[in-house]
Amino acid sequence: MIDPIFLAEAAVNGVLLGGVLALLALGLNLIFGVIDIVWIAYVDLVMLCMYLVYFLVQVYGWPVWAGGLAAVALGAALGIAVHLLIISPILGSAPINQLLATGGLLFFLQSFATFLWTTDHRSVRLSLPSYDLGGIFLPLTRVIPFAISILALVALYLFLTRTFVGTAIRAVSQDREAMGLMGANPHRIYLVTSAVGGLMAGLAGALLIFLYSVHPFFGGQLGPLTFMICVLGGLGNMVGAFVASFIMSEIISIAGVLWSTEMGYVIAFVVFIVMIFVRPGGILARRG
Amino acid sequence: MSLLELTGVTTGYGHFTALWDVGLRVERGEAVAVVGPNGAGKTTLLRVISGVLPVRAGTLTFDGAALAGRPAHEVVAHGIAHVPEGRRLFPTLTVADNLKMGAYLGRARKHYAETLARVYALFPVLAERRTQRAGSLSGGEQQMLAIGRALMSRPRLILLDEPSMGLAPVMVLRLFDLIRRVREEGYTILVVEQNVRQVLKLVDRAYLLEVGRIKMEGRAAELNDQDFVRKAYVGL
Repeated sequence: MIDPIFLAEAAVNGVLLGGVLALLALGLNLIFGVIDIVWIAYVDLVMLCMYLVYFLVQVYGWPVWAGGLAAVALGAALGIAVHLLIISPILGSAPINQLLATGGLLFFLQSFATFLWTTDHRSVRLSLPSYDLGGIFLPLTRVIPFAISILALVALYLFLTRTFVGTAIRAVSQDREAMGLMGANPHRIYLVTSAVGGLMAGLAGALLIFLYSVHPFFGGQLGPLTFMICVLGGLGNMVGAFVASFIMSEIISIAGVLWSTEMGYVIAFVVFIVMIFVRPGGILARRG
Repeated sequence: MSLLELTGVTTGYGHFTALWDVGLRVERGEAVAVVGPNGAGKTTLLRVISGVLPVRAGTLTFDGAALAGRPAHEVVAHGIAHVPEGRRLFPTLTVADNLKMGAYLGRARKHYAETLARVYALFPVLAERRTQRAGSLSGGEQQMLAIGRALMSRPRLILLDEPSMGLAPVMVLRLFDLIRRVREEGYTILVVEQNVRQVLKLVDRAYLLEVGRIKMEGRAAELNDQDFVRKAYVGL
């Protein structure tokens, strides 16, 4: 039998990972909920931001915080660029075309990253202290990204609920035409939404580079998990995606200790498939 | 010069023409009704005025500004607020957030607190329910919220699309009383209604719309009530 302390540690690690996954999932889910288009290449934008931090910090010797801010700025710029160049021209077209267009961006980014930077895995390792909490090992390299993720999600919540623009973003997701009658230009709201979603991708990239190594196919590593979380939580449902992030990260983390990380992903996907049949609208969807 | 003036307005959906050569005017401070049978193009008329539907031919001026071809969010900025068919509230947003969205425009945002107090004074039930989701309100309350939301933009003209639709008869009477109060506050109103008898008591003038064309126009008091009602309902 496995020592309960390892399970407790796995549970804590699950929470720490869940915070960063929530950041990824909510960024993607915000864009889907408002614009009704799934950015298949979302985690590939995260990959670009990870590379930026790697080069700035590891190669050019920038301080970590400056590299992180640069990644956030790049993320927001990428969000705006993707919307203007790819999404905006195909807004009215068939859903399959929209999937193909953002899917095409995914292959473009993967190939271009391979061409520029080869398939080498690159990482930024920080030597930060760890704490021992009654036998549970708490590395600051995981605690800090978690704390920053939660702060960012609180900021997102306040933005969406307290400001005119944030409330308008929620309103447009419910009735685009009615929001036009309120005097808001829906296209401008879409642009702000894409910038915020991109900004969250940039922040996620700035945090993930300290947890994982980056390579051109990083999107394939976390992309499917991110989509699964969004669908499990209910596409467009922010609270649902937040809860689903922690469910998924706990499954992966605890199964990883009991068996292996691969087994964790297997169980996570099985849970996902079962939930799709049991609760197709997402875990928090209303019955009926 | 009239506040709102349409001349020769034609519009439609795809190959279908819904409005033919429509001429209509609304003076400052006036309440005007457009009545007519189902499918006559009443909703289409309001949608073309607020810029949701493009004008295919003709001119549309508001306070001297040519509005034909302007998108909806620019028309609102000129001072036209549209209370659409079916209310079109943001159902999961609270009552207060729905009203806040009505004041989205920069001009309205500056006077947000002041306008909100006026709307709450006009519709006290909205103040009571301010933290409730819009979707949880009764039909009559939802219609009040839709009108309140339109007032939040501090409009000079309010377009009302079938305000009595789906309401119980008692609620219809209360709602018309409330619209009368909105009128007395000095707002100019263009209302589209099925409930001809009630609406003729509310307005100064009325137009009869049939299969996309204006068939009759007159002062509400002078209109042959019976004949007008019959035409509006049956289209004969």
